Amino acid sequence: MSNHLTGTWALLKLALRRDRIMLPAWLAVLVAMAAGSAAATIPLYPTLAERIKASETINTTPPVVALNGLIYDESSIGAIAMVKLSGIGAILVAILAIILVVRHTRSEEDTGRLELVGSTVIGRHAALTAALIIGFGTNVVLGILTTLGLIAAGLPVAGSVAFGLGWMSVGFAFAAIAAAAAQVAGNGRAANSLAITLLGVTYVARAIGDTAGPRWLSWLSPVGWQQQLRPFAGERWSALLVSLAFTAVAVAGTYALAARRDLGAGLLPDRPGRARGAAFLGSPLGLVWRLQRAGLAAWAIGFLLLGLVLGNIASKVGNLLDNPDLQDIILRLGGEKGITDAFLAAEFGLASIIVSVYGVQSIMRLRSEEANTRAEPLLATGISRLGWAGSQVAMALFGTTILMFATGLGAGLAHGLALGDVGGELGRVLGAALAQLPAIWVLVGAVVALYGLVPRQVVLGWVVLLAFFLLGEMGPVLKLNQWVMDISPYAHSPKLPGPTLDYGPIFALVAVAAVLTAVGLVSFRRRDIVA
Amino acid sequence: MTTPVSISSLVKTFGSTRALDGLHLEVAEGEVHGFLGPNGAGKTTTLRVLLGLLRADSGTVRLLGGDPWHDAVALHRRLAYVPGDVTLWPNLSGGEVIDMLGRMRGGMNPKRRAELIERFNLDPTKKGRSYSKGNRQKVALVAGLASDVELLLLDEPTSGLDPLMEAVFRDTLLEERQKGRTILLSSHILSEVEALCHRVTIIRSGRTVETGTLTELRHLRRTSIDATLATPPQGLDGLPGVHDLSVDGTRVRVQVDNAHLDEVLRALTTVGVRSLVSQPPSLEELFLRHYGTEPTVDERGQTETEALPR
Ligand SMILES: Nc1ncnc2c1ncn2[C@@H]1O[C@H](COP(=O)(O)OP(=O)(O)O)[C@@H](O)[C@H]1O
Ligand SMILES: [Mg+2]
Repeated sequence: MSNHLTGTWALLKLALRRDRIMLPAWLAVLVAMAAGSAAATIPLYPTLAERIKASETINTTPPVVALNGLIYDESSIGAIAMVKLSGIGAILVAILAIILVVRHTRSEEDTGRLELVGSTVIGRHAALTAALIIGFGTNVVLGILTTLGLIAAGLPVAGSVAFGLGWMSVGFAFAAIAAAAAQVAGNGRAANSLAITLLGVTYVARAIGDTAGPRWLSWLSPVGWQQQLRPFAGERWSALLVSLAFTAVAVAGTYALAARRDLGAGLLPDRPGRARGAAFLGSPLGLVWRLQRAGLAAWAIGFLLLGLVLGNIASKVGNLLDNPDLQDIILRLGGEKGITDAFLAAEFGLASIIVSVYGVQSIMRLRSEEANTRAEPLLATGISRLGWAGSQVAMALFGTTILMFATGLGAGLAHGLALGDVGGELGRVLGAALAQLPAIWVLVGAVVALYGLVPRQVVLGWVVLLAFFLLGEMGPVLKLNQWVMDISPYAHSPKLPGPTLDYGPIFALVAVAAVLTAVGLVSFRRRDIVA
Repeated sequence: MTTPVSISSLVKTFGSTRALDGLHLEVAEGEVHGFLGPNGAGKTTTLRVLLGLLRADSGTVRLLGGDPWHDAVALHRRLAYVPGDVTLWPNLSGGEVIDMLGRMRGGMNPKRRAELIERFNLDPTKKGRSYSKGNRQKVALVAGLASDVELLLLDEPTSGLDPLMEAVFRDTLLEERQKGRTILLSSHILSEVEALCHRVTIIRSGRTVETGTLTELRHLRRTSIDATLATPPQGLDGLPGVHDLSVDGTRVRVQVDNAHLDEVLRALTTVGVRSLVSQPPSLEELFLRHYGTEPTVDERGQTETEALPR
């Protein structure tokens, strides 16, 4: 075993060097978010009565509970302040862990860099071990800094420690999941997708468990385990053991998988392919379709299921509302139907962020194809640059449309069936889902522009997406100016389904998307193709 | 009749790196042209400029009578390019890639495709991720060679091929040469260039240092002589064109500029030659003299002429 680990230290240093900017930046954003919300929330609810009222409002609003989770002690300011961070915040922690671990295992194999170092003095488990050390180490640091940040913001020590440990445990679990996915999947992108799908599925299970029930569904999710630690609400430390035990088992399983496969290969053996290319595989659009149709189909199935779940919860939202404090809000929103619509609108808003992830990574393929020199032989044939890049842009627009369509279809069907009015609800709900597309396309356009103008910095697309997302999620908590929050295209998406539809913002978003895309494509035509 | 490739004073910089620094390159129609230089000399960069993937900073570049930057798409239908480092799509089979590249180029010869796959012993049903480096190279070679195009641009095409496949490649290229196909072959494998090329351009640090036929280049080079004479020789070191002379009794080892071979041989025969081994200059030696760490001619105070434009 020990010689399988030879070189771990060298790889670790190399990886830390490569991540010397990304890692501190992620950590800073997460810790600042946690401490910032704590500091901003504490002065909002000085009296016990105010806290209880705020908690009850949150706990009895299923969309909010589905999105983030429950407040387990309605009198605790810490529980109120951190509920969002134990939901959406924990997702970001999980995504960081996944990206980190896959980046230093499977993605490295894809580039052949590991083969290069692997042939010298690097043991077969060194890369995996180095990646896990980075994944776990980062989350230990995150846990400590977050704890300190919360204490500094004025929250109780025990709860702060529990919260820090909770985030750490989510990071641990998903670092281990990502490591296992990296062994099973055929390449880095597939490993990322697999781990993130697992994150999404378990999160939805938790959302159902916390709202419609049954409650045990919440225990299927590492994010759920973290919430069951109940920071600031009579900490239940034993929940930590579930996470740690899971992590240990997953890591052991990963090493067993790793011992069983070859570098560069997935676990599933390759079936032979076709000896001849299909007729459509003679154009860049054909190639894009051939390479990405399977991935899109998998995403679409996922979003269809998500839509079904959301539509199903939506139809129960009305019944669950028995809080007298909410009565006038409900009335203002247009009665029970209004609250259902508001729920669907909020969930479609969230779905549009995830669909944007698809759009952003779809455009980023242009850069990876260019950087790993797969674009070069294509662009040396009779294919124009515009034809090549335009095909991927077309695929991104088409794919995002399909995904929002799948979400809307699922939600409309489930909701319509529950109300016994599929004909009346389906079109309305589907339209509401599709109305989120223009904001998504602005993100797509922004990444095309980055790709054309600063190809080597195209990863900034993730920063843009994260920033827009955080503006929407944290802006109100942090009491940002409205104009700052309005920078995000998602702020201008129509809140549908709902009573009114204003076409102005839709056209504006489409126009911005078109301009960004055009800028990107024109710049791409004029610049060098660079590895 | 236009010159297929004509480059003069080409400059291309990447930030502070001057990758190409006034490069000249002419490839005549029907010629196999060797493009030689050590790693980092600028061969790939030159080919990328020729393909319109990179934009020249200055200088003129003509490809098949057109401008490679502006007329890229039209020109690309008339040529095939085989990159030096082939990356394939993990889940496309080799056969799919070959057909795709052929179609994008505007068609390929199906008979030739089948024949090349056979000769290169390539399994076209394997997926990109399971090919070795050599096999990936073969996929690109088959795709390039099976196309009926006017010009082949090959960038170190045999890197990763085993010796057997290298021989297949040479045979195939010799056939193309017979057919009169114009080929620009970038390489650092000198024996390959010696075996295949009509003319050679040698570059270093983005500049052309030599160009000409192999005979022309050899003419300017030295022959190494190892001779045993009847009696110890006198006054050899006074002769023009003599380098690295070592005399050990009656045994003489010496490098002679080919232009001065006559004088040296005459001097040897007057003493009486018992045995003599002479070696033609290999391209390796040419290469080493230009790119190795040997002191340059000027420093030695010799009058040797450098070949062609500096
Ligand atoms: N995209 C690039 N950015 C920066 N430097 C580059 C780039 N491409 C090539 N170079 C540099 O230009 C020089 C020539 O490289 P290249 O043309 O690849 O040489 P060769 O193919 O002869 O080995 C090298 O010094 C290389 O580092
Ligand atoms: Mg090269």
